[in-house]
Amino acid sequence: MTEQHAGFQLVHSNDTDALLTLSGPWVQGCDLEDFSSLSSQLHLGTSTHLTVDGAALQEWDSTLVAFLLQCFNHCSEAGITFATRDLPAGAAKLLALATAVPPHRLEPESPQHWLASLNPMVLLDKSADFFRQSLGFVGEVSVALVKLAVGKSNTRFEDFRQFCYEGGPRALGIITLTSVLVGMILAYLGAVQLQQFGAEVYVANLVTIGILREMGVLMTAVVMAGRTGAAYAAQLGTMQTNQEIDAITTMGISPVEFLVIPRLLALVVVMPMLTLYADLLGIVGGGIVAGGMGITPLQYISQAESALAINHLLVGLIKSVVFALLIAVAGCRAGMNSGRSSAAVGQAATEAVVTAIVYLIVADAGINIICQQIRF
Amino acid sequence: MTQASAETHIDVSDLTMAYGSFVLQRDLNFVVRRGDIFVIMGGSGCGKSTLLKHMLGLISPARGDITYSGQSFVHASDAQREATRRRWGITYQTGGLFSAMTLAENVALPLQLYTNYGSGEIRDIVAYKLALVGLAGYQDYYPSEISGGMSKRAALARAIALDPEILFFDEPSAGLDPISSRLLDDLIMEIQDSTGATVVMVSHELASIFNIANNSVYLDAASRTMIDYGDPAYLRDHSKQAVVRQFLNRGSRTDESTAQAQRSGNE
Ligand SMILES: Nc1ncnc2c1ncn2[C@@H]1O[C@H](COP(=O)(O)OP(=O)(O)O)[C@@H](O)[C@H]1O
Ligand SMILES: [Mg+2]
Repeated sequence: MTEQHAGFQLVHSNDTDALLTLSGPWVQGCDLEDFSSLSSQLHLGTSTHLTVDGAALQEWDSTLVAFLLQCFNHCSEAGITFATRDLPAGAAKLLALATAVPPHRLEPESPQHWLASLNPMVLLDKSADFFRQSLGFVGEVSVALVKLAVGKSNTRFEDFRQFCYEGGPRALGIITLTSVLVGMILAYLGAVQLQQFGAEVYVANLVTIGILREMGVLMTAVVMAGRTGAAYAAQLGTMQTNQEIDAITTMGISPVEFLVIPRLLALVVVMPMLTLYADLLGIVGGGIVAGGMGITPLQYISQAESALAINHLLVGLIKSVVFALLIAVAGCRAGMNSGRSSAAVGQAATEAVVTAIVYLIVADAGINIICQQIRF
Repeated sequence: MTQASAETHIDVSDLTMAYGSFVLQRDLNFVVRRGDIFVIMGGSGCGKSTLLKHMLGLISPARGDITYSGQSFVHASDAQREATRRRWGITYQTGGLFSAMTLAENVALPLQLYTNYGSGEIRDIVAYKLALVGLAGYQDYYPSEISGGMSKRAALARAIALDPEILFFDEPSAGLDPISSRLLDDLIMEIQDSTGATVVMVSHELASIFNIANNSVYLDAASRTMIDYGDPAYLRDHSKQAVVRQFLNRGSRTDESTAQAQRSGNE
């Protein structure tokens, strides 16, 4: 029997009536004629009434009811009355259930051509939107900080402590690895050049100044953007999805005070400390390479000490505070504006890292230019 | 209903459920017959969802066995479990719709995974399943864009995508208004009736318990075991356990209000 395939036959019995006879097994995997062939046949005639006869049907499953529903919808659109007879009882009931509620009509969205997304005006509009939103967010954060300063804020110290712990001690491992390696890279880079002048010992100066002013803080910031910034975005995005942020808002608490400020402050407190730690290890990393090139540890240390000036250290620390603010703002903003689905939370985390890194590099360039102008 | 002649579909024997050393329920023994609408009842936190998770194989029991059509599920190999699960449809207490997919994609996923329908056929079947739960035309909506009642129904549409033999629902009508809840009950009953599936559901909506269930088990939190088992409409008046009668009579202590509760339960 399985060779028999699911079939239908349309007969126009007279001008107004058509009879559709279904036969064979209508189950998953049966080879089924296309529905469009039926609809075109139906249009050839002048029928205003269609009867479906299921007397010759064998087994059936969703395939049958899906087909019948298509017939029904097609007929109601074309103004043809639809009736059934001798359908299996279950199928008739399911069809009745499926047609009980009229379909919801979606007002068609004007489809956008993909080229439209490259329109410079649209792009400009989007970045202007992004900029406006970010400024608004920075404004909210500033207001919340002022409220915190005058002691009228709903920020919980407990949260702040927790974020300090997560952002600080737990990041030490990866910061150790990256900063030692960056110190070594700097030393290699410098040593090869300085050797040509027989001035290898100045590697210590290069590494110390390079790490303190630039590389120590920048590498720490990149690690924190990927680690903590993305985590903030994912946490807040998930809270958005679970309506936790709605709950906080309706409790009369500002989500910025309650969620953003503790994260931001934690990062601002932790980043300078991590930077100091990274600076120290970077210089040690440079020393390892220098040792390999025949510079004794004592030479290296005394040379490094002579290069170590308070302003180099200060530049690095100021940068670390600025970078911490930028990472926290980028992460929290992306999280707070996240959409309400798992994919949107992923997008928010990506956006947090990408914007944070762009901010970092722009800010770094800016600070360097200022320092150069004021000879700091 | 041809209850007496119906065959055993699910058999839970000597089941003890525990989280670590915290024993939730012990010595559960009951049978779900093919075509039953079986309700797991009990107060909040007594372990109804946990029992369902045991039946689904998401948690393994501390002791005892669960068999489907005579085959042990607890001791089955992974491949056997996969094959058994393929014939199930499940909705979870918190929805479980994939938030990053539209309703159509949610319903289409099991069809794409487990059938050899072409993409056109899948589209038609998805349209039919959504129409069945009254969501025709909502194909391109995301779960976050529809109401709570609609997402319960969308989850139902996904559960019935593969024409399952057993449907498991965890509190399908909780949190819905009485009318939507009633419609959902009717829908479950109609689907059960026309496909002959076995339905196992957790519920404490009395209206739906009396409307659709023909068998039930009551889990008691205090004694940590099942204290009654049978047709809820019968248990309401004839249970030997006062707690069960009280539960089924909307928590009223006096028996005078029984008749009234019955009437409102049947409305
Ligand atoms: N993953 C878990 N670990 C430990 N205990 C749990 C876990 N899930 C639930 N419980 C406990 O088991 C009990 C029953 O939970 P549940 O089965 O969800 O109840 P309900 O009957 O309301 O569905 C509760 O006391 C809950 O605290
Ligand atoms: Mg539960």
